[in-house]
Amino acid sequence: MTEMTDRSASTATSGGPVIDARDLRIWYGTDRGPVKAVDGVSFTLRKGEILGLVGESGCGKSTLGRGLLGLLPEGAKMDGQLRFNGEDLLALPKKQMFAKRGAELGMIFQEPLTRLNPLMRISEHFEETLKAHEKRIGKAEIERRSMEVLRLMGIPPTRFRSYPHEFSGGMRQRLMIALSLVLRPSFVVADEPTTALDVLVEAQIIRILHDLRREFDTSLLLITHNLGIIAEACDRVAVMYAGEVVEIGDARDVFAEPQHPYTRELLRSTISLASTGLNFIPGAPPDLVDPPPGCHFHPRCPDAMNVCATTHPIQREMKNGSRTQCWAADLRNGYAQDLTPEQTTPLSREEISVADEA
Amino acid sequence: MSAGSGSLPRYILQRLLLIIPMMWVLITVVFILLRVAPGDPVSAAVGGKLDEEALDQRRAALGLDRPLYVQYLEYLGNVVRLNFGETISDNRPIINIIRDNGGATLTLTLGAFLFALLIGIPLGLYAGRRRDTASDVSIRIFGVITYAAPIFWTGLLLVILVAPTGWPTFDIASPITKFEVEPVTRIILVDAMIAGNWDAVIDILQHHVLPCFTLGLLLAGVFIRLVRVNILQTLKDDYVEAARARGIAERHVIRRHAFRNALVPVITVIGLQVALTMSGAILTEKTFNWPGLGTQLVDYLTARDYAAVQGIVTFIAIVVVITSVLVDVLNAVIDPRVRY
Repeated sequence: MTEMTDRSASTATSGGPVIDARDLRIWYGTDRGPVKAVDGVSFTLRKGEILGLVGESGCGKSTLGRGLLGLLPEGAKMDGQLRFNGEDLLALPKKQMFAKRGAELGMIFQEPLTRLNPLMRISEHFEETLKAHEKRIGKAEIERRSMEVLRLMGIPPTRFRSYPHEFSGGMRQRLMIALSLVLRPSFVVADEPTTALDVLVEAQIIRILHDLRREFDTSLLLITHNLGIIAEACDRVAVMYAGEVVEIGDARDVFAEPQHPYTRELLRSTISLASTGLNFIPGAPPDLVDPPPGCHFHPRCPDAMNVCATTHPIQREMKNGSRTQCWAADLRNGYAQDLTPEQTTPLSREEISVADEA
Repeated sequence: MSAGSGSLPRYILQRLLLIIPMMWVLITVVFILLRVAPGDPVSAAVGGKLDEEALDQRRAALGLDRPLYVQYLEYLGNVVRLNFGETISDNRPIINIIRDNGGATLTLTLGAFLFALLIGIPLGLYAGRRRDTASDVSIRIFGVITYAAPIFWTGLLLVILVAPTGWPTFDIASPITKFEVEPVTRIILVDAMIAGNWDAVIDILQHHVLPCFTLGLLLAGVFIRLVRVNILQTLKDDYVEAARARGIAERHVIRRHAFRNALVPVITVIGLQVALTMSGAILTEKTFNWPGLGTQLVDYLTARDYAAVQGIVTFIAIVVVITSVLVDVLNAVIDPRVRY
């Protein structure tokens, strides 16, 4: 399902993508069978680039983010190919993966309030992190480097020895960001970093993340369900549905001309002052143990054709430069011209939607 | 909210001041309980031997004929001056009983805590990390059994098991040691050390093993369950995952983030367990014929010497209150959130 061709397919150390993921699969074993949380995802991320990953709850975006850092819970399996600056991460021994985490691969989490150890001072968090990666680092150096990132995050140096509970939510998220940046990782996953924060703080955090590339040259995977954040902060956007990336491309292009019906519906359901009614996508995300045949989105898709229910679409490059897997988009862009008229007939969907609402 | 420096002393002061009302309630409860309990100390102590008039004389001499509130106020006043009164049956000042027998109870309970911590915390941590494996289940069953088993049963069982090896179990004549030691602190272990009598020290320590282990097992059962549950909780906590994401080595994550944080609630419960330990100590002392406060308490209770019981119980209550306050303070030192 992923006919992978990419502008920067060669994985040279410099100039090549920071992250090159191909056909990544992550699944959890359950009593009912494997849950395919990530099902053949491919993407690349260049130096200093911000890729937004958007999708509904439960579409596998958080699992993907954790998988990139090897932070999956026990019982989760991952395969495919994942190269970080040309190095195969999936083949890396556990110990070396630990050394990479924090130092080269960073993570910013959703709930800043609970992500700091309540018994440890901020200074101890920094000390522990720096010492884990640089055994011989001295006290003065720890303080100098911590203060440097804290200043960038707007945390006064006087608060260095405070405890986490003495900070507000927004400050704690800035602390978390500072903590994940103190070792200057070249790639950071930010998993819904602003979900728990109020709007003003959200804007502040997004600005900080957006400026990361200037200060640190960091590549960022920004996971969110908020399309506004993507529009504001991201260079490219990947839309995930049921464990797959259904559309990926330049954020402006995708927003201006969404190719996949799911992206389009997602954009339409965004609330703004101009919206008159509440748009939503009927139905619920599919069961990832047993996803629908063909295109996973077809039961909820307003553009569904007969072929969508039987055959899984292939990801192809569209005219606007984005890559999309959708039969309808294929037809619009001059692909899949060999489909029969019977296959392109709109899917009769009464029974499906009734079953779905039930 | 200024930094934690100013608030810790204030917190400690608050806790210390709280001792006063807690103590007052406890003392009052002890007083009322003993007045409500059936029987009259004088007739119980010397009943049957004297006629009613002589009994009344005895009561008057002890001040028991005065109104209750007078007795209560007098009792309060005495306790404030650390005067716990005298026994009725043999006219011993209670403070002497505490002095002579308190040391044995102290070393017994401390030893028991040591065993409980040494057994309970590692087993609880191990079980928590290996959740639902065979070792977890066995440890949990072990914890339930040690907690549920009556002390005298565990104690006698251990004695039966250990006695054939020649290890000191108990000895009616001289329960703690066969050596004579000059009483200085009246904590016999310390006295033996002061005297430099190392044979005695070893002998005393050997005598401590079984009673301390018996009482320790009871507490270990509580600790195992508590530590296990808390480690399961902290292993799932967000900051543990966040620490892993920063590349902190797994063993360091477990020790610094999961174990340490799991022990905070354990400390609180240890404070609450002081009361359990004291009641366990009474049973343990009786089982091993240990010359501590518990044995004295049971003896005076059997003799219906309510003045003695009142004095000893008051003292035990004071110890429980003070330890629980100390545990609160310890908790505040470890966990900065407690101070607010």
